[in-house]
Order: sequence, then structure tokens, then C-alpha cells
Amino acid sequence: MTAVAGRPLPGASAVRLSGLARGFSLTRGALAANATLVYLFFYAPIALLVVFSFSADRNVGRWGGFTLSWYDDFIGNTSIQNAIWVSLRVALVSTVVSVVLGTLAAFAIERFRFRGRQAFDALLYLPIIIPDVTMAVMMLLFFSEFFDLINLLFGTDLRKGFASIAVSHIAFNISFVSVVVRARLAGMDRRLEEAAMDLYASRWKAFRHVTLPQIAPGVAGGALLALTLSLDDVVVTQFAAGPGATTLPVYVFGLIRRGVTPLINSVSVVMLVASIGLVLLSLFVQRSRSSAAVGPQGAVAGRSRRSS
Amino acid sequence: MTLAAAPPEEAAAGAATPEFERAAARAESRRGFLIAGPAYLYLVVFFAVPLGIVFAYSFADRNRFGEAVFTDPGFDAYRRLAEPIVRDILFRSLWLALLTTGICLLIGYPFSYFLTTRSPRARNILLVFVMIPFWSNFLVRNYAWRVILGKDGIISRIADFLGLGEAEILFTPSAVVLGLVYGFLPFMILPLYASIERIESSLIEAGRDLYASGWQSFRRILFPLSKPGVIAGSILVFVPSLGAYVTPEILGGAKTTLLGSYIVTQFLTARNWPVGASLSFVLMAVMLVATIVYFRAGGRNL
Repeated sequence: MTAVAGRPLPGASAVRLSGLARGFSLTRGALAANATLVYLFFYAPIALLVVFSFSADRNVGRWGGFTLSWYDDFIGNTSIQNAIWVSLRVALVSTVVSVVLGTLAAFAIERFRFRGRQAFDALLYLPIIIPDVTMAVMMLLFFSEFFDLINLLFGTDLRKGFASIAVSHIAFNISFVSVVVRARLAGMDRRLEEAAMDLYASRWKAFRHVTLPQIAPGVAGGALLALTLSLDDVVVTQFAAGPGATTLPVYVFGLIRRGVTPLINSVSVVMLVASIGLVLLSLFVQRSRSSAAVGPQGAVAGRSRRSS
Repeated sequence: MTLAAAPPEEAAAGAATPEFERAAARAESRRGFLIAGPAYLYLVVFFAVPLGIVFAYSFADRNRFGEAVFTDPGFDAYRRLAEPIVRDILFRSLWLALLTTGICLLIGYPFSYFLTTRSPRARNILLVFVMIPFWSNFLVRNYAWRVILGKDGIISRIADFLGLGEAEILFTPSAVVLGLVYGFLPFMILPLYASIERIESSLIEAGRDLYASGWQSFRRILFPLSKPGVIAGSILVFVPSLGAYVTPEILGGAKTTLLGSYIVTQFLTARNWPVGASLSFVLMAVMLVATIVYFRAGGRNL
């Protein structure tokens, strides 16, 4: 929330409101009413979903008394357990790999001039701006055509399933991590690294002991972003997943398309709680490390694509 | 990794600098390349190559078994995009995406302005409450509307209670637009807020002192100055709306096929990969143009 800080006068905001709506309490009231409605619009559906997940009525929109049976169903459902397990493993693997690769990529681009740097920069941006559906199609064609080839060449046993999901998640997560880390690197004082190297630190030592601690909030922010994106993705995963493995969002998406049942309500609430927990965690990480970490704006561009 | 690869200013300076500095620059270039290497390689293999495959497929033909063949590469798949069915889908997607963007702007602008009028402390809290839905699971948030708009849902029961009869919103384009606005409104609010927040309030004050009405100071001062935010927010809403897949699948009906769903159908059921590939490429082209506009408007700084 970098943009929030730095307003010169504490009373300036009050002046601003009077600026546009001077004397017109009608305008002021309309603005406040609009804001209230927006928040209601954001939260009412979520609240209703949570409430109805405890409803005993089989029709998802009706209240039939309090029950926990849908949560029992959810806990006892082995397909959901498998899907959760796949989701968590994919998220973990893709986050770890993309944090390492993305941080290195950000460091190389921000600190070095090398052959193919501009091409690499462009390539790094593409996964962020490419439409979900296009990326999904890419993964489908790639895996259907080339998994056999890779297996043949490298003697691996890659099948569509866990590996292909993880591979495609890493492919988009590298870019998001690197964008976040780059923003942090760009805001860091380069002279600190130069000073370390003037004092005979090797390039690696300077990175390890000076750069890395400085960019740590960015790396943490990037990791949380990657984790969230991986746990949320539906479209790309659906195309990269084989019959063997599905993630929780893909499984739930399938359930919703087949028809709405109270079971989906309880799963949804659990997913919602998990993702809100991650948001709060990332906000907390940013706040506790102070200063400009991820910032809403940096993430906006990235988030836009990943949620269609 | 020869010297020729170095950026122009270094290459030009290279002629004048001693040999060891050139060697150092070369070593630096090599090191940078090595550090970027793993990610570079990964993205080439698992992103650039798949993109190339889709591109190749968009020029392929389809044989009678529905398989893509490369016997006579050409623009057939792109020509098919002009057919009425595909054209209707393109226009419908375009229209719904524009509508979504317009509604988000109408709601989001006053909201963002309102945020900037709060005290810094209150703003932070209010912003966090915009961020929470923004980051929480998109699928689930769309599903919530399915429950609300459904047959037993709250909306239809309210309509029933008021004697409005059966309110059929679910599975119509209206439901899709509602879901898209719900999903993407934060993308409009955050850049708008960032750009309005930067405007000096004294400018509006000065306008008011010179007898501008509230509307005039909005039209002549506030809106023009917040234009980068308007452009950035509109693109951030328009682009994902155009390629949306999850929302129309959950809230839309069979009669309101949109671009995203149509592409998916081409791959999973209709098995017309060339048409699906060419449409994906058209979608990506739109996205690229929008991104260039976005950066031109200063989106990187928002």
C-alpha cells in the first residue's frame, strides 16, 4: 500500500471532499451510499454462502435448520481428499520452483546486461498477459503432443496428471514471482551491493548476505502470490490435468457444472476460508516488514488474468 | 556471448576502454545469462514452444476424423472466424465485456473517489476490505451467485414475495455480466484509486474558487487528471472479461456461449483444433494490444 502513504496534510482529505461536493450534502451522501452498496455487493454473497453451508435443507438456497452434515460429507469424501492432496502438492512444488527460478530471473534482469536480455524480459511478461484460455490450450496441445517425445528422449515417465499440472503452474508462476521481486529489487539501493563487493565480498556473498535479506519481503510476497494462484487456478489446470489427477478447484468446477448440491457449499466455504487466510497472511507479511513490499498495484496487473 | 551482444552504449564505449574492462563486461554478461538461464530455459521449453505449437495448429486443416493435419497449411481456420456463428460469439463476448467495463467504471469511479476522501487510516482499512474479495477464490465467488440467483435462491424468493413472479436471471447474459462485475470490480477500483489519490486536491479547490460547479470541476479537472487510472482499470476489466471462461460456464446458459467457452469446446468436444487455436490467437492479439495501451497510459506505475 505504497500509494496510501505520503499525503502531506492530515486534513487534506476533508478539504478534497468539500472540493467536489462543496455545500452539496446530497453528493456526499450519494458517494457514501454507493460505497456502502459496493461493500454489501462484495460481502453479501460470501456471507450468504457461509450461512447456507450450515443449512439442513437439500435445496442450496433454503434455510432448513442448522446442520454440520455437509461438512461431514466433505470430510468423508475420498475424491475431495485426493483432490486436496493433489492441490497442496502442486501448490508446494510450483511455489518452491517458481520462487527460485523467478527470483534468479528478476536478479539477472535487474542487475545484469546480457545477451538476449530484452527477449527474456518479453518472454517473462507473456505468461502474465496471456489469456487463461490461450494458456490452457497451449498446455493441452503441448502435453498431448510432446509428453511422449520427452519420455522417449529422456527416459522419464511423465504422464498427464500431477507432473503436467505442476509444470504448467510453474510456467505462469515464474513470471508473477519475478515481477514482484523485480519491483523490490528496483526499489533497493544498489550501492549496498557495490559496497559489499568493494569490501571483497564475492558476487554470491553479496547476493546472499546483502541482496537477499533486502528483497526477502518481495520473495515472500511472490511466494504467497504463487501459492494463491496455484491453489485458485481452474482453466489451465483443467487442460493440463489428465484423468489421473485433479486439483480441488477443478473437481469443484466439475461438481458445479453437474448441478448444485449442498456438498459444494461446504467445500466452497473451506476454500474461501483458506484463500482469505492466505490474503490476510500476505497482508500481515507486508505490513510487518514495513515499506513497499508487494503493493496492491503491482499485483493487480498479475491478478487480472489469472482469474477469468 | 561476444561483445557484439552488449548493449549499444557499452559497445560504443568499448572501443575506447582498455581490454580488461571489456573482458569484465563480457564476464558480467555471461554471468547474467547464467543466472537467468534456468528460468529462461524453462520458459522457452514450457511456454514459448507450446505457444509455437498453438500458432502452428492455427494454420492446420482438419481431416474427417477431426484430427488436425498439416497437409495444406493455410488461413482456413482464420477464415472460419468470419462465419455467422463465430462472429456472433465474438460480438457477444465483445459486447458483454464492454458492458462489464462500463458498469465497473460507473460503480468504481465514485467509490474510488470516496475512498480518497477518507482519512489515511480509514483508507487503509477500506482498501484491505477491497483486497480480500479480490484475492479470495474466484470460482467460489462465482458459485455464490449461482446459489443466490438459483431457483430457490434469495433473489427469486424476494421477487416472489414482491409479486414480481418468476425472476429468471440465472443462465442469462445478465447473470454473466453480474458475475463478471462482481469478479472484476476490484481491478477497476485499485488503479482508479491509485490515480485519483495522486491528484492535488488544491487543483479542485482552485477550480471551485473560480466558481466552477461540482460537475464542472469533475469534468474539467478530476476526470482528465485521473484518466490514466480510468484507462488502466478499464483494460484490466475488459481483457479478462473478454476471455472469461469460468463465469459464463457457471452463470451463463447454453444460448449465451462466449469466446472462452467456445474455444474450450473446440478442443474438448467439437475437436476442431485449428479453429480453437486461431481463436486463441485472436484473443491473445487483443490482449497484447491492450497491454501496450495499458503501458502507454502509465499502467506500470499504477
